[in-house]
Amino acid sequence: MITGTMFIDPSRCIGCRACEAACRECDTHKGESMIMVDFIDRRESVATQPTLCMHCEDPVAPCAQVCPAQAILITPEGIVQQADPSRCIACRNCVYACPFGVPKFDVEERLMKKCNLCYDRTVQGLQPWCSQACPTDALWFGTFEQFKDKRTGRPIDVTGFGTQDVQTRNYFVLPERVDKLDVLALLREVGAPAEATAVREEAWVL
Amino acid sequence: MSVNKDIFEPDRSFNYDLQTENRTFIEWHEADRVPDKLVDTHCAFCGVQCGMYLKVADGHVIGVEPRDYPHNLGSLCPKGVVAYQQVEHPDRLRYPMMRRNGRSSPLERVSWDEALDHVTSRWRAIQAEHGNDAVAVYSGSSMTNEKCYLAGKFARVGLRTRHVDYNGRLCMSSSAAAYAAAFGIDRAPLPMPDIELSDCIVVDGTNVAECFPIVMQWIWRARDRGARLIVIDPRETPIARTADIWLAVRPGYDIAIVNAMLRHVIHTGRTDDAYIAERTAGWDAVREAVEPYTPEMAERVAGIPAERLLAAAELYARAKAPLILHGKGIEHSTHGVDNCQALINLALARGMVGKPGAGTMMLTGQGNGQGGREVGQKAAQLPGYRHIDVPEDREYIAGVWGIPEAELPGEGAAATEMVHLMASGEIKSCMIMCSNLMVSLPDNAVVQRALEQLEPLVVIDFFMSQTAELADVVLPGTVWCEDEGTTTNLEGRVIRIKSAAAPPGEARTDWEIMCAIADRMGRGAFFPFRTAREIFDELRVASKGGHADYYGITWEKIDAQQGVFWPCPTLDHPGTPRLFTERFAHPDGRARMRPIAHQPPAEEPSEDYPFRLTSGRVVYHYLSGNQTRRIGFLFEQAPEPWVEIHPRAAEPLGIHDQDRVRVRTPRGSMELKALVVPTVRPDTIFIPFHYSHEQSVNQLTNPAVEPGVKIPEYKVCAAAVERLDVAPATGGAAVENLTAENRPAMFPYTVGETKAAAKPQRSAS
Repeated sequence: MITGTMFIDPSRCIGCRACEAACRECDTHKGESMIMVDFIDRRESVATQPTLCMHCEDPVAPCAQVCPAQAILITPEGIVQQADPSRCIACRNCVYACPFGVPKFDVEERLMKKCNLCYDRTVQGLQPWCSQACPTDALWFGTFEQFKDKRTGRPIDVTGFGTQDVQTRNYFVLPERVDKLDVLALLREVGAPAEATAVREEAWVL
Repeated sequence: MSVNKDIFEPDRSFNYDLQTENRTFIEWHEADRVPDKLVDTHCAFCGVQCGMYLKVADGHVIGVEPRDYPHNLGSLCPKGVVAYQQVEHPDRLRYPMMRRNGRSSPLERVSWDEALDHVTSRWRAIQAEHGNDAVAVYSGSSMTNEKCYLAGKFARVGLRTRHVDYNGRLCMSSSAAAYAAAFGIDRAPLPMPDIELSDCIVVDGTNVAECFPIVMQWIWRARDRGARLIVIDPRETPIARTADIWLAVRPGYDIAIVNAMLRHVIHTGRTDDAYIAERTAGWDAVREAVEPYTPEMAERVAGIPAERLLAAAELYARAKAPLILHGKGIEHSTHGVDNCQALINLALARGMVGKPGAGTMMLTGQGNGQGGREVGQKAAQLPGYRHIDVPEDREYIAGVWGIPEAELPGEGAAATEMVHLMASGEIKSCMIMCSNLMVSLPDNAVVQRALEQLEPLVVIDFFMSQTAELADVVLPGTVWCEDEGTTTNLEGRVIRIKSAAAPPGEARTDWEIMCAIADRMGRGAFFPFRTAREIFDELRVASKGGHADYYGITWEKIDAQQGVFWPCPTLDHPGTPRLFTERFAHPDGRARMRPIAHQPPAEEPSEDYPFRLTSGRVVYHYLSGNQTRRIGFLFEQAPEPWVEIHPRAAEPLGIHDQDRVRVRTPRGSMELKALVVPTVRPDTIFIPFHYSHEQSVNQLTNPAVEPGVKIPEYKVCAAAVERLDVAPATGGAAVENLTAENRPAMFPYTVGETKAAAKPQRSAS
């Protein structure tokens, strides 16, 4: 029984794509990555974010719900599997139904492909390749309790799309609400002169 | 950073593979092969040396599996995941090559006998006519301790030349000299898991996220426990992005910031006076020297708001276990040693060096950058961190090697100086191994002229590099997992590299090649090695009693306790993960402090060259890129260099994002793509350095060196950026701070001249 799930913390992502490289090493889809890393907006920041299947729980797996061939199966642990090659009819309903834009359609193989949380590994008690490789723990695999015990940040498993909320097996991690350093308070504490504590509207660099 | 690849881009490739020089793709083959064994070894691609398993089937390396090792905990960066793909790469050199009819003839396949006979007969002739020192060895650090050790012995015993140095000169020589002078031992004082214990981490001059991705998890563990993070860097790197305080320093001016932080520590009474009195020397002069460094003065010099600096200083001053991590950003400088010492002063004043999770930690960049610099392939150094000027050190090593002390050559030229000796004709021939000078040395037009003077230039490599293209003889070497041996990672942890495959074609390990050449030079009696293990056992003896004492380290012990930290003087000694917990390695047990004054870089912007150019790494490439540019996945992410420029600077120049632009310095110019982003200082531009030929940033960089250790100032020079439709200006000058009068003295040195900086004092114990 797989008890762990994925926690995705974009603030820790350094955009190194070790997860993409690692995903390609998985024997079930060697050479292809089912995880994507993208810049949020490189013109503003170096911020990046990994995207992988969130394994929707409620509503359960929109991709599976719209599959006319029942090719997308869900394990008892709630892991939504890639389309079964013997059933997939290449209609691409899943590609359009997914709120996160995860399933990929392989035109040559006429098959939908996506992350199945490294089922072959996780079922044996190992981590998925991506979180195992992730050098910063931006991708982190474990239980909710383990996460709360070890990490800061707010794990969120509900994502809103307009009026529709989707609850997922995987979590996004948002920053703590009150963790930002109050520089002004700090300066006041060290008794910096009054003019220094006033907020200077200048750039971060002189 | 990688290229910005939109997932909707029609040609975005999700299927990557090996990439050969001419960029043809090769299909994945037999992806479902099942490994018949896992080889426990380590990644080769940086100083962290992450543990990994290589999957092997029928003697072929087919993949990688995570390995839970104490410092990487199973994680790997993208380089580590795909490192195995070099092993069976189609570009591997498989047989010796030689230009049979001089420079203008092509490199053609020859037998080992023909290649080695040619090399040794030329060397005998050169040495007979011009003396032994006319042949040089330029080595590298990205190989096992056994090979690094043998490179030093090969030069001094096999060739009897004084000229041997290695590419770590370009990497760790600043911090090595600073730590040796301050603490008496040149090694990071802490193991990586200690980072978690810190409650305030200062990162100065290193883009940890891209250069040491694996270190990030330890930093985040500390932050999860409440640690603050301060980053000093001219660019908003991925680690600076989430830092509590980011100080966007003007490149080359870190000392002003560090001294101002120390001044704040003093003024708020947070110095550890008992520690200073008991464990350090030189405090009074330092205290006086930092007094002028007010936050306002630092603002003026380093170009960062004084308030930010004050906030950073306060966080550092109030922390219980502040830790400073530093890297090439401050070390690639004409005052690199001083930059490190300024940080050491700060940590010592707070009494932090020697405490768990606190103090200072240098981040060694290259694969075996730590081991490579202590086993005796450095110009002034003998194995075990012994110094070549010290009579008893010479006597001991001559004894181990079985030669009379008088036959052991003296100190040779540093790597950066060798080039000038080649150009002037003093060095007639050179053997280069594990190095790609044409990409890695500054101002590479001069390097090319120097290498073209050599006859013969001998290069050992496993891929054709830009340097090997110039060679008269190219000998095929092995990649890391085709040999047995040890390396020493950035913590000082000696670890085992294990063989997973046989070398391809006629390729041989570097140590076998050196032994074969030594034999042909009539010195075979000194190189009787049949296995790497035998070399390690000699290294153990040679390092015995030295600072970097490996005597108690055996391959079995490394396997049994997951690495052994040197010094490890006896067989029953467990190794030393934390240094300086009770005393420093100087005879009086005290650490040395030294007043450090702010100094400008050698070259500063002028009207003709208004920008500061700094160079650095991307996460996908390793050193000169000769390996990683050949691995499709890594190449795809960062296929060519670019120049990062701030929108405020780009706009008046009419430069838009993705435009091709020209970057000029007083030494040369190159064309590349502009990345117009606000993540770099407006007065600074950045170019990654992993590329060769016309894409190499080292066509532009300044060859000025640090006076003591001769490390080049890669991290700042004056530059101009312009659109391609602007006619390139000629002439013009930058502001020169290194003049004929204060330019560093170059080789040759008088005996003892380099000893103070490079040689730790002998410990009393």
